[in-house]
Amino acid sequence: MEAAITIEKLSKSFGSTKALDELDLEVRVGEIHGLLGPNGAGKSTCLRVLLGLLRADAGTARLLGGDPWRDVEQLHRRLAYVPGDVTLWPTLTGGEVIDLLGRLRGGLNEKRRADLLKRFDLDPTKKARAYSKGNRQKVALIAALSSDVELLLLDEPTAGLDPLMDAVFREVITELRDQGRTTLLASHILSEVEALADRVSIIRDGRTVDVGSLADMRHLARVSISADLVGAPDGLTTMPGVHNLKVDGTHVEFIADPDSLDKVLMTLSSVGVTSLKSQPPSLEELFMRHYGEDGATTRVEEAVTR
Amino acid sequence: MSSLVGTGALVRLALRRDRILLPVFIVIVAAMVAASAYATAELYPTAESRATAVAVINTATSTLAMFGPIHDETSLGALATFKIGIMGAIALAVLSLILVVRHTRAEEETGRLEMLGATVVGRQAPLTAALLVAGGTSIVTGLVTGISMIAVGLPAGGSVVIGLGFACLGIAFAAVAALTAQLTKSARTASGMAGGVLGFSYLLRAIGDASAGNGLAWVSWLSPVGWWQKTRPFASDRWWMLALLLVFALAVCVVAYMLAARRDFAAGLLPERRGPAFASKSLGTPLALAWRLQRGTFAAWAVIFVLAGLVVGGLTSSVDDFLTSPQALEFIEKLGGVQSISDAFLAVELGFMGVFLSIFGMQAVLRLRSEESAMRAEPMLATAVSRITWALSHVTIAVVGTAVLALLMGLSAGATSAAQIGDSGQLGRVVVGALVQLPAVWVVTGIAVAAFGLAPKQIVIGWIALVGFVLLGEFGALFSLNQTVMDISPFAHTPRLPGGEFSLVPLVALTAIAAGLMAAGLGGFRRRDVG
Ligand SMILES: Nc1ncnc2c1ncn2[C@@H]1O[C@H](COP(=O)(O)OP(=O)(O)O)[C@@H](O)[C@H]1O
Ligand SMILES: [Mg+2]
Repeated sequence: MEAAITIEKLSKSFGSTKALDELDLEVRVGEIHGLLGPNGAGKSTCLRVLLGLLRADAGTARLLGGDPWRDVEQLHRRLAYVPGDVTLWPTLTGGEVIDLLGRLRGGLNEKRRADLLKRFDLDPTKKARAYSKGNRQKVALIAALSSDVELLLLDEPTAGLDPLMDAVFREVITELRDQGRTTLLASHILSEVEALADRVSIIRDGRTVDVGSLADMRHLARVSISADLVGAPDGLTTMPGVHNLKVDGTHVEFIADPDSLDKVLMTLSSVGVTSLKSQPPSLEELFMRHYGEDGATTRVEEAVTR
Repeated sequence: MSSLVGTGALVRLALRRDRILLPVFIVIVAAMVAASAYATAELYPTAESRATAVAVINTATSTLAMFGPIHDETSLGALATFKIGIMGAIALAVLSLILVVRHTRAEEETGRLEMLGATVVGRQAPLTAALLVAGGTSIVTGLVTGISMIAVGLPAGGSVVIGLGFACLGIAFAAVAALTAQLTKSARTASGMAGGVLGFSYLLRAIGDASAGNGLAWVSWLSPVGWWQKTRPFASDRWWMLALLLVFALAVCVVAYMLAARRDFAAGLLPERRGPAFASKSLGTPLALAWRLQRGTFAAWAVIFVLAGLVVGGLTSSVDDFLTSPQALEFIEKLGGVQSISDAFLAVELGFMGVFLSIFGMQAVLRLRSEESAMRAEPMLATAVSRITWALSHVTIAVVGTAVLALLMGLSAGATSAAQIGDSGQLGRVVVGALVQLPAVWVVTGIAVAAFGLAPKQIVIGWIALVGFVLLGEFGALFSLNQTVMDISPFAHTPRLPGGEFSLVPLVALTAIAAGLMAAGLGGFRRRDVG
């Protein structure tokens, strides 16, 4: 079966800014594909090219077997999109926006509309300008998810949602996947992509850095640990599976491979632990693996502040 | 924390944002006023020629309604500035109210002010900063205009009164906008309301001046624009009339500050109503959405056009009564060589209507760009709607909307005019006079569409073109410009009806040009990036 999305060596510049620089991407039918990258990586640009809103400078993009620039009307009946920047018509109610966008797409599923309104706990009778950012985001989500389409293009869809609604969103997306729909989920939040995506493409500066299933990307499961010990740490420096170790007196910070966690913790507790914090690695830490420590940090910071 | 903390920073921010707009505006207004006054003065070298011109102006209802009377038939300055003076003052008032809304309600609406509000900005700082910027702009414009007029040789006293008058009228309408910005949540509505107050006070003044003979002179006392005019620059230089404007501005400001202190951030005073949970059956096409977004604006324009039509038509008979001196006839002849004086009056007024129609068409088309910049085009274009269908929705509102407005004004002016002169055939003639304005209006609309499609970042080209055409029409002859140059304006090709000669060729040509411009714009939009 042909992939839902195939992008090869796609490039797009805005003046002197290279937003996409020979980007490659393949999204298979029926999967949730995470497009993971820091701010300014080119995620939104990539989605806009796929929607035919931007014209690529070079490279090819195929979407549901068609050309995203030429076959706009046919393709758009088969997909739904949640933009990264949700602004709604201030004088329309949320319910009106949902219906309007659904009708323009070619129809929406009334039952699911009602179900989603309930699950996302949205009042559809408020004027859009009276909604908070989170509620505007819900309108865009419900508008997109109420249609029976094959493909969902979501650009940072949980921005502004509280954790409860975040959970509802994950539930809904998983349900849709189980019904055989395809989702491309652009996000800079590692944990979100980790929780949802079957496969992930990591991009930065408009280039694909890494692609694979989460099982393949073992480094995604690495844990960053910071601990205060009773005495000086012993043996950590030479232990395999410990990376980026920083020792400051009795305080240690490092990243550990999951299969060495057991040994690492035993080593720590043999010295004596007074406090321990562990968290999955941030996106920045992930990039360090690909770029080495120096170059990467500054480049990631650049991308983040951009 | 003082409620004014951060005002200075906000003023600097506003000045930075408007660093091109403000100097350009100030220079254009001052230069236009001084140059036009100078050129007009050149036209009337002798006292007799001035007296004749003044006699005609003071009896022609159309000039009285548009610009008001001249109070000293011997004063060169009064004659030189009777037209450009009020036009400059109104332009400044418009800029002033736009500035205030732009730096208060518009910032609140987009949420940018919230970002600032989280830093050290006092509650009343944004309003104060906006008033300082608009007030300062008014004062500088008045100052530069006054000095330029003295520089071209006009008497100092009258020049100073004109300059001060500009400043005070600008300040008064900054205050009006400060008030309307507290009332509604939408910046568009806030500037619309302030603009409505300006339009209404202009209308009151027009009625007062044009119907002074019927004992209605008092009506212009109800109008801030009327107060400005009662300073009578170069005639009696009653600068103290400006105190009325300043007291008005102060009172309105006090109310605005009281309201601003009481309301919540981003809230309006007019309450937010709930709406339907489902879209009505009809709201399912881009055109339906475009109409939904523009229908409020259209309704306001329709009301204004019908009222203006009634007034213009109702003045027809008093025009015919006016003196039939040979000089007056010659003057009218110059206006376009038409037989009937009331026809000439109607033709002139319908020509002005054409300019206002162009403003409606322009802003209707520019909705495309503002929807695009506000990222509201993106979700539409991500559905099965083609770019052309989406763009055509707002273009349709512009084209059909201008036609309906022209028809409404033609009907209302035609009906009252026909009743006044007791000739039912007049209705048809006036309606035709209104409708022939449309091809030129559509050319301006077409320029806006072309700018949107081909040069979206320079969308302001549309407004520049319209202002240029108006200036060519109003002042081209004054500066004895070449006819070829004056013919650049599409309005120069509109037959002057009723009264003038009907000719189809220019109308067809203008319509074709308009269609070509629109096609070019739509083609450009189909090929370019959205966003
Ligand atoms: N319309 C535009 N004009 C100019 N630069 C743009 C435009 N859109 C995006 N960019 C630039 O392209 C790069 C990628 O942006 P974007 O695709 O929005 O990244 P992301 O969505 O991953 O945060 C950024 O450097 C951004 O500043
Ligand atoms: Mg983005």
